[in-house]
Amino acid sequence: MELDPLLLSRIQFAFVVSFHAIFPVFTIGLAAYIAVLEGLLLKTGNPVWKQLSMFWTKVFAVVFALGVVSGLVMAFQFGTNWSNFSYATANFMGPVLSYEVVTAFFMEATFLGVLLFGRDKVPPAAHFFSAIMVSLGTFISSFWILSANSWMQTPGGFEMRDGIVHLTSWSEAIFNSSFPYRFAHMALAAFLTGGFVVAGVSAWHLVRNHAVEANKRALSMSMWLLLIIAPLQLVVGDFHGLNTLEEQPVKVAAMEGNWERGSNVPLLLFALPDQEAETNRAAIGLPGMASLILTHDINGVVPGITDVPKEERPPVALVFWSFRIMVGIGILMIVAAFAGLVLRMMGRLYDHRGFLQALRLMVPLPFIAVTAGWFTTELGRAPWLIYGVMTQAEGLTPSLTGGMALFSLIGFMLVYAVVFVVGIYYLTRLTAAGLTDIEAPPEHPERQRPKRPLSAADTPFDGDDLDFTPLRG
Amino acid sequence: MELIDLTLVWAVIIAVGIMMYVLMDGFDLGVGILFPFAPGEDSRDKMMNSVAPVWDGNETWLILGGAGLLGAFPLVYSVFLPALYIGVFLMLAGLIFRGIAFEFRFKSSRRKQWWNAAFAIGSTVAAFAQGAVVGTYIQGFAVENMTYVGGPLDWLTPFTVLTGLGLVVGYALLGSTWTIMKTEGALQDWAYRLTPKLLLALMAVFAIVSVWTPLTDTYVRSRWFDSVSLIWLLPIATLFLAWRLWVAVQRRREYMPFLATMGIFGFTYLGLLASKWPYIVPPDHTLWDAASAPASQLFLLIGVLFLIPVVLAYTAWNYWVFRGKVSEEGGYH
Repeated sequence: MELDPLLLSRIQFAFVVSFHAIFPVFTIGLAAYIAVLEGLLLKTGNPVWKQLSMFWTKVFAVVFALGVVSGLVMAFQFGTNWSNFSYATANFMGPVLSYEVVTAFFMEATFLGVLLFGRDKVPPAAHFFSAIMVSLGTFISSFWILSANSWMQTPGGFEMRDGIVHLTSWSEAIFNSSFPYRFAHMALAAFLTGGFVVAGVSAWHLVRNHAVEANKRALSMSMWLLLIIAPLQLVVGDFHGLNTLEEQPVKVAAMEGNWERGSNVPLLLFALPDQEAETNRAAIGLPGMASLILTHDINGVVPGITDVPKEERPPVALVFWSFRIMVGIGILMIVAAFAGLVLRMMGRLYDHRGFLQALRLMVPLPFIAVTAGWFTTELGRAPWLIYGVMTQAEGLTPSLTGGMALFSLIGFMLVYAVVFVVGIYYLTRLTAAGLTDIEAPPEHPERQRPKRPLSAADTPFDGDDLDFTPLRG
Repeated sequence: MELIDLTLVWAVIIAVGIMMYVLMDGFDLGVGILFPFAPGEDSRDKMMNSVAPVWDGNETWLILGGAGLLGAFPLVYSVFLPALYIGVFLMLAGLIFRGIAFEFRFKSSRRKQWWNAAFAIGSTVAAFAQGAVVGTYIQGFAVENMTYVGGPLDWLTPFTVLTGLGLVVGYALLGSTWTIMKTEGALQDWAYRLTPKLLLALMAVFAIVSVWTPLTDTYVRSRWFDSVSLIWLLPIATLFLAWRLWVAVQRRREYMPFLATMGIFGFTYLGLLASKWPYIVPPDHTLWDAASAPASQLFLLIGVLFLIPVVLAYTAWNYWVFRGKVSEEGGYH
């Protein structure tokens, strides 16, 4: 079989970026949560907030470090596998991606150290300020990354001269058409991720009767947050979809599994899209609902996949199902948030074991939803790398062979498998250890080192001193 | 804007950034390279402790260099990375493994030897790959229409293997002189014994490269031999520092060996730049061929000029906080 460097490079990029993205999406949400906790601590002086903040700061430190390690590859992958794209777009992508690096390092060099290690060395207000700046830093980092990605979806503010992108307007390029929607959608996704992780971990500790007072507060806070954010995400997602309908109609057609342009299009709940036959098999749908959602008119016209020739179509089944997974999880999140409200009104929020266990099991869902969302938007752009400007095949490194691409793909999978297993294993131990008594000295002083993100976490890597039984039970 | 040649400004920034990276990540990679040979687990603890507070700040410069090249010299980015595809992969894999080892070795008791291996192998592979990059740069790239057109293993030749091994030895020398500076007792004695051997090995590589390159590269030959110029001071300074290093080790000086090694790296690096100037993608493309649009260079320059003082201040402060010997009881304070 002939190895296709384009397909392998796409798989490699999807693998690396998916693996990397789950860390920052979590740190963005968590940093904001820590800033809120620090604010509450400063305002009330209640040690419960300190206990919570110290615990989640440790988790933050580990996730941040894993994000940095996995992100190292991203800085080079554009050049190794997509050199034509890099060369053609460097006038825009270079500065924008560099600014992301600059932001991240500026933050690490200054406020992160104070947040992680300065609690007893700086005044409380300065510590709170550092927490806010770290949170702000994570948002500014994602601002640049999402601007770069959005520009590839809805390019603007440039002209092509001799095959090279030259900027005509920095503001039009940075704040391109889809950027505000994508940024809002992603920011809310980060809050949802942070919220569900905090809710799930708190619920788990409540089931086990660990640090009940603090975990009750954490659960209560996160459930209020989710009650607002989960439905709001539906609305923002809808606006994002309307922008996509205008800018990238074929992507929306693929998301809806709609082959023929037409009005009164059904909302498909299930279907098996067939790319070759240009139709769906086993389709079950609600009549007219897709038209209603997309155009706010039951007879509205929805674009079809067959609007463009075969070679300009995205892989419909993947886009269709990624989108459904994302939306399905989103709806499940709204249900969970409202179930929490009902239980709260019944006074059962903290002791309904079934609900608490359900929250624990939901911890992976926001990560799956975020990944599915990115698959929807990235695969939906195919075969374009820069929508309407450059295809993926044109952006590929010309000298890349299938064998090389396969070598690095397998290699990165092995490397990341190790990182992932080690990271998740350690995070599980860390969260299992739970909230320690804040007055007690660190349990393992010999394992502490100064000023490294991970040294903020003092749980040992191995040893049998942790109670893991609830994990299995 | 025409008053200042932004491309030249960026060339200086990138050149300084690479030098910072080589010197600083060099000694902590070197510590990793020497790790398996250290006299005992206790010594390994101390060696790792001596670089633990600073290593990730050191690697900052690498990522900044990668992103900066895309922004300022896209041709370098889009030729070097495809040409060195497999080497870049090995370097990244090596750096990731040693990064993870840094973090988890201290938290581990039963699985320490695994992290030791990850740290040593990762460091050595990353150092070799970086040395091969230098060799490939000297060798030049097959470029047509601003695109790399060579094969996947053009970077792996006897010459680049030599430069790869040379950088492994060079980083090991930085690591051993760093160990002299930062430790005492048996570990320091070991480093004192090791340093002259590493120095001799490094000088042997220098000698071979210095003969090999002018023989095979006419541009480099004419740069050095057409007329006697000031650049001959660079190898003379390198030899002088090598001699100072040798003497300093005999006299058991503590700081001089490391400073002299940094000087050897610095003058060698300048010699390399002088050989190839102004070609950044040899043999045909100069700095100005490789540059991005002035507007893009300017846009990025604003942020970087703001950042560099902060990173330098942070770096200096970090080294100041962790100055002196690594404490005897193996603490990390």
